[in-house]
Amino acid sequence: MTIPSTVTLSYREALRSAIREALGADERVFLMGEDVGAYGGCFGVSKGLLDEFGPERIRDTPLSESAFVGAGIGAAMGGMRPIVEVMTVNFCLLALDQIMNNAATITHMSGGQFAIPLVIRMTTGAGRQVAAQHSHSLEGWLAHIPGLKLLAPATLADARGMLAPALADPNPVLIFEHGSLYNVEGELAADAAAVEIDRAAIRRPGGDVTLITYGGTVSTALAAADQLAGDGVEAEVIDLRVLRPLDDATVIESVARTRRAVIVDEGWRSGSLAAELSARITEQAFYELDAPTARVCSAEVPMPYARHLEQAALPQPDTVVAAVTRILGVSG
Amino acid sequence: MPSLGADMEFGTVLQWLVKPGDAVKRGDIVAVVDTSKAEIDVEIFEDGVIDELLVTEGTRVPVGTVVATLRAAAGKPPSAPGEPSSSPAPPLALQPAPAAAPRLTQAAVRAAPPHRLRASPVARRAAEQLGVDLDTVTGSGLDGAITKADVERAAARPPGAASPSPSLPPAPARSAPPSAAVAPPDDRQAAMRQAIGALMARSKREIPHYYLDSQIDMSASLDWLREENLRRSVTTRLLPSVLLLRAVAVAVAATPAFNGFWLDGAFRPADQVHLGVAISLRGGGLIAPALHDADRLTLDELMAGLRDLVQRARTGRLRSSEMSDPTITVTNLGEQGVDLVHGVIYPPQVALIGFGAIRERPWARDGMIGARPIVRASLAADHRASDGHAGGRLLALIDRHLQNPEAR
Repeated sequence: MTIPSTVTLSYREALRSAIREALGADERVFLMGEDVGAYGGCFGVSKGLLDEFGPERIRDTPLSESAFVGAGIGAAMGGMRPIVEVMTVNFCLLALDQIMNNAATITHMSGGQFAIPLVIRMTTGAGRQVAAQHSHSLEGWLAHIPGLKLLAPATLADARGMLAPALADPNPVLIFEHGSLYNVEGELAADAAAVEIDRAAIRRPGGDVTLITYGGTVSTALAAADQLAGDGVEAEVIDLRVLRPLDDATVIESVARTRRAVIVDEGWRSGSLAAELSARITEQAFYELDAPTARVCSAEVPMPYARHLEQAALPQPDTVVAAVTRILGVSG
Repeated sequence: MPSLGADMEFGTVLQWLVKPGDAVKRGDIVAVVDTSKAEIDVEIFEDGVIDELLVTEGTRVPVGTVVATLRAAAGKPPSAPGEPSSSPAPPLALQPAPAAAPRLTQAAVRAAPPHRLRASPVARRAAEQLGVDLDTVTGSGLDGAITKADVERAAARPPGAASPSPSLPPAPARSAPPSAAVAPPDDRQAAMRQAIGALMARSKREIPHYYLDSQIDMSASLDWLREENLRRSVTTRLLPSVLLLRAVAVAVAATPAFNGFWLDGAFRPADQVHLGVAISLRGGGLIAPALHDADRLTLDELMAGLRDLVQRARTGRLRSSEMSDPTITVTNLGEQGVDLVHGVIYPPQVALIGFGAIRERPWARDGMIGARPIVRASLAADHRASDGHAGGRLLALIDRHLQNPEAR
């Protein structure tokens, strides 16, 4: 019996490793997007891949999200397995017509004649002082659209393991990489491989309250849970992983045990994923609740540039702890 | 089904005194309801026309069940949209108040001041399963809401501290449909004991009682009463207990901290003094209906009111407002030879005043010892609503009124 060895790497490197593996495993796979080739990707994810795989498979595109996302859809319809990188979720709005009216609908409108095995990766989230046109979390908008699958890898294992099943899926899959995670380093099994992309994961077990979150705020929720543990409150932390379709079962099972839920979502509160989760909890677990479901979201402002204002606008461990303490009431 | 006292959970409609289409006016008696304690005439608190009777005679339903619907009577603006227009109101013998809002309204009489229990959904479900009365549970959750853990703690309390005790049937679910209500206990006495027990246990569990008592020289009152009764015919003579009641009513009117209700964590003073009078019932048990506006009644009115109340409590019927309105209760156990009452407050009231027997006792005054009629007046009060200093003032005021019986 051998002890599996581990490697130390960053989230960025885990993503690159997954892309490299996909390119090597299937010649139909190629990567395209703005600056993914010579520059190595705006966030350095594809650095070195151009040298390794050549310009046919690592393709720099013009600055036209609508054009290159549309090209990706066409390639997928034609039998390829494209990985399209959109620099940030804010810019995907330029390609929203392609994403919603084509990628999400063509399988349906063609009576199943065309599959769209397309993967679109994009950076999301704030915290890096890149201001109001590069920092928003619009996953909730895209999670509204039937026909799409949305993934939010928050761990090295998911960064490494979600791409392969996403490419294997015959439908378009959007992968949201939180910008604050690229430099996060950790240990990953050397033989880390594909992961399932259907279920939420409990990142920390607890019996007093369920913190539901995803992506960049998983670490926020875990930090809050550590702080709460010091006060004798055991918080369970759920990493949604899959933003559409939502894994109701894991969420409801947890809330039914802890009887209280706090949703931590970097999106704006109004019309958000947090709103959707809160509604589902009320619909499916009303009679299990000991307190109203609380939400910790970003302030409803365009994301500020100034560091102190940006931090104040984002969910923080302290605001999560405060929300938990509030719904726990006088006994908390 | 109105709540005719804090200890009532069910009521049986014995008789309807109105039928659909009847015009009714605030204060009319519309039904006779049997609580486990007494048959009560239920008054209506809105003017209108009876629309529908939803519960048949002889049916036992939980408090809060809609038993009838009431339609706003004539005088409504003809342009009011969305008004049900079926069964036009018959001619009214009594004109309804023209200002009455045209709307459908529940024929529930005004019960105790409204009180919405804060309990989480899972706590309510747990209470139903564990047979825990949520009224007996203190909430620890958000804004004092009762949580599942609170219910489980309450269920785990030793018998005697908990309501109900394991030997009794579980508390009926608040949401139970009428047909699912537990069968009426065959033994009316047992039902009353259960009701009194639940309420008094709640009182002792929730209310931090404090007790004060003082001895009051009744010479002045009894001398005055003797003179007064000499001038009266036998049937109109006054009893000493009426003087005690009036002294309490007037004193309470001047010390509002003892007159009202403790609800939702706060004291709500009452505007009027509705004196609950504890009346023991033949065969056991007691009931404490109200003498309305007791501080404004003359001694004759008080005497007549007391006589009427005692008679109706023991033989006849009480009115719903008398059951739900008392703002403070007086109990007089002097007839039994009791010297001193240590009272148990009737929730959600905040005070109870007790009197023992008026006895001749050695009494020192002006350096001389003589025999004087003395009564011990006691106060059991809710320490959340008042302090001993105020309680002492209340007893002193009662004393002062009894030294000046002719004064208003």
